Amino acid sequence: MLKLLTAFAIGLLFGIGILISGMANPAKVLNFFDLFGTWDPSLAFVMGGALTVSVIGYRLIFRMKKPLLAQSFSLLTRSDLDSRLIGGSAIFGIGWGISGICPGGLLPALSLGRIEPIYALVGVLVGIAGAKLLTKTLDRPAAAPSPNQIKGAGNA
Amino acid sequence: MTEFTPILSLLGGSLIGLAAVALMAVHGRIAGISGILGGLLQSPGSADWSWRAAFVAGMASSAMIVALASGWSPNYEVPVTTLMLLGGGVLVGLGATLGSGCTSGHGVCGISRFSARSIVATCTFMATGLVTVFLIRHVFGG
Repeated sequence: MLKLLTAFAIGLLFGIGILISGMANPAKVLNFFDLFGTWDPSLAFVMGGALTVSVIGYRLIFRMKKPLLAQSFSLLTRSDLDSRLIGGSAIFGIGWGISGICPGGLLPALSLGRIEPIYALVGVLVGIAGAKLLTKTLDRPAAAPSPNQIKGAGNA
Repeated sequence: MTEFTPILSLLGGSLIGLAAVALMAVHGRIAGISGILGGLLQSPGSADWSWRAAFVAGMASSAMIVALASGWSPNYEVPVTTLMLLGGGVLVGLGATLGSGCTSGHGVCGISRFSARSIVATCTFMATGLVTVFLIRHVFGG
């Protein structure tokens, strides 16, 4: 229960940060990208504020042996640059530039009482499901799942 | 036109950073929104499903909670068509999942750990975002 409450509260804090920063607003995000038009540099300040806190905060946290409510820190330690990372990121940026939405900016907008974030969410979920299907297909010949890795019905 | 908001954006960004630090300190997790959303598409029985659902619920209800508590509601303008929202959304979900992260996971959490993958990913999606908006607004009309 404590896990759920803290996760909700941290999500709420994240969402409030997005709302105050202006990044829930697609027009503001698109104007950041419009250097030669109606440029709005705000997004750089959002990143600056976030990174200042998280660089220092992470450094302090990683002195702890483990997180408060989990057994260990779940960190990805890969350092190789592959085509999926770069290609995927390129596709993400194109979608971001077309729509002005990214997953973090989208979620807080869902409770504004507007219909547009719902459309965007449907698109994003379809895209995520498509990518999972695609990677599953691409990875299959390399590593067939052993019987005990096959999960029950209900997987996306 | 949107108003340049350096102070509010810096403040909001700091709260985003604080939330990312809190999620790591309490749950040991990267605050990558595309990954957390993607995890919700897995079967609800898994141990990670419930904290992800709670986190997403907190984010998704934030505008309503802020409005109820303070009466404040942020500007929200969508200068693109519904088709662009849907199509752009599909590319966002597809690309962020293939690329293992989006603005929050790579741009904030990954760069904070000085991850080479995240720095390359962030530069890549910033660059293609810039080019896409330039093409849409200044080359193909707009």
